[in-house]
Amino acid sequence: MLLLECPYCGVKAEETELTAGGEAHLKRFGPGSSGEEFEAYMFARKNPKGVHFERWRHAYGCGKWFLAARCTATLEVFGTYPAQTTEPPADLVEKIKAKRPDWKGTK
Amino acid sequence: MKRYSVFAIAREALRYHQGWERAWRSPAPKAAYDAIIVGAGGHGLATAYYLGKNFGITNVAVIEKGWLGGGNTGRNTTIIRSNYLQDPSAAIYNKALSLYEDLSQDLNYNVMFSPRGLLMLAQTHHEVRGYLRTVHANNLQGVKTEWIGPERVKELVPIINIDGPRYPVLGALYQARGGTARHDAVAWGYARACSAMGMDILQQTEVTGVRSENGQVTGVETSRGFIGCKKLGMVVAGHSGQLAEMAGFRLPVESLALQALVSEPIKPCMDVVVMANTVHGYMSQSDKGEMVIGGGTDGFNNFTQRGSFHHIEETLRALVETFPMISRLKMLRQWGGIVDMTGDRSPIISKTPLGNCFINCGWGTGGFKAIPGSGWAMAELMAKGEPGPLAAEFNMWRFREGQFIDESVAAGVAH
Repeated sequence: MLLLECPYCGVKAEETELTAGGEAHLKRFGPGSSGEEFEAYMFARKNPKGVHFERWRHAYGCGKWFLAARCTATLEVFGTYPAQTTEPPADLVEKIKAKRPDWKGTK
Repeated sequence: MKRYSVFAIAREALRYHQGWERAWRSPAPKAAYDAIIVGAGGHGLATAYYLGKNFGITNVAVIEKGWLGGGNTGRNTTIIRSNYLQDPSAAIYNKALSLYEDLSQDLNYNVMFSPRGLLMLAQTHHEVRGYLRTVHANNLQGVKTEWIGPERVKELVPIINIDGPRYPVLGALYQARGGTARHDAVAWGYARACSAMGMDILQQTEVTGVRSENGQVTGVETSRGFIGCKKLGMVVAGHSGQLAEMAGFRLPVESLALQALVSEPIKPCMDVVVMANTVHGYMSQSDKGEMVIGGGTDGFNNFTQRGSFHHIEETLRALVETFPMISRLKMLRQWGGIVDMTGDRSPIISKTPLGNCFINCGWGTGGFKAIPGSGWAMAELMAKGEPGPLAAEFNMWRFREGQFIDESVAAGVAH
């Protein structure tokens, strides 16, 4: 069972308390963008086998969205952080690099 | 290949069953093939089989990382049906169902196809309207389904509770031609027939890279060395995205875990397949007497082939309400498989940005029922280089154009 610490209320929540929200740090494209950009924004997820940055909502807790770094191949959780950012915090990236030397970065 | 028949059984019975040969060969890889299929699951093997049978292309290798039929083909709940809302889906799933009906004869391998009938319960008024619409659509598509009331449901499924407090059964979409088949036998039957046509099935051979020249595929790097090919078909379900990345493009799929479980065997009590999409559980009884149960996917990306416990609990809670008599059944085994989901919950059978490289993926939670039709359409695509009528609308560029085959809306759930 997945345990994620909500960065807002500090609760170590298990997954029945949470709702998964898919890939994090998507760049939004809207009217005026090209077909390729809009398709990529809507559908083309990275879907990595390994380090994945993703959105979660503490649905049965404080109700807020937060972000998490998790390994999709082992279910290891590297850390969670608040959603008001466009990229993962540097210390978390360093921590993941130390644990996963082959990791190619956030791309 | 020696044919299986009643005479073969009699002959072997007289000589202590010493004469049975292996169902398929395990040869060393050749330097190159006309076509390589990556993934020896049902879809990959069916593709190879129809390449040989329909197009005479038999210089083919089917490459498999693990053992054949060990992925989702061996992990599903074996349900076969074709009662889909959208025309392209109905066409390909109905083709698959038609092929399933005489697959045992075609392959000379008993796949134990059992057209026992299939019910999709309507437990909300929204669902009633949805299924009535599907029945009308099916009748226009030439797929025979019917709407039946709660009394008829109770007649077909005596163990069902039709007036549950939360979700009473208001009726059902009934497809009498639907049913189940033995999932392993489907993979084994196709593998045996492919091997008999001279195709090589290379198990324990992992593809580690795709080699190309001037935008055309030239072969694959594997754990047993480079193998050349003129055409490449990728048919690997959960790991489609990883393989596509090796070939240099990205797919609109995400990989999720889907679980299933079986109970201890009990005496025959239910001779149809029942699906309950509102509460999200489905159940049928295997020939061994086990209740075979499936539910929904986990919500997060996952490659571990195991899912979350609370989803099993949700599925069983829903089914216990619908079938009170199973409340004290013990569950024997539980397992997970990795399914690749597309944005519109319909598959992709398509050319790719890489020349002579073709992809068949995105079957999500419902690939088993499609195996023969999927292989048929994929073989046509690979042989001719252009999709036939079954595959045309399932191209991977439909997401850019907005031409969805929207089964997620049709069912309200992934299926």
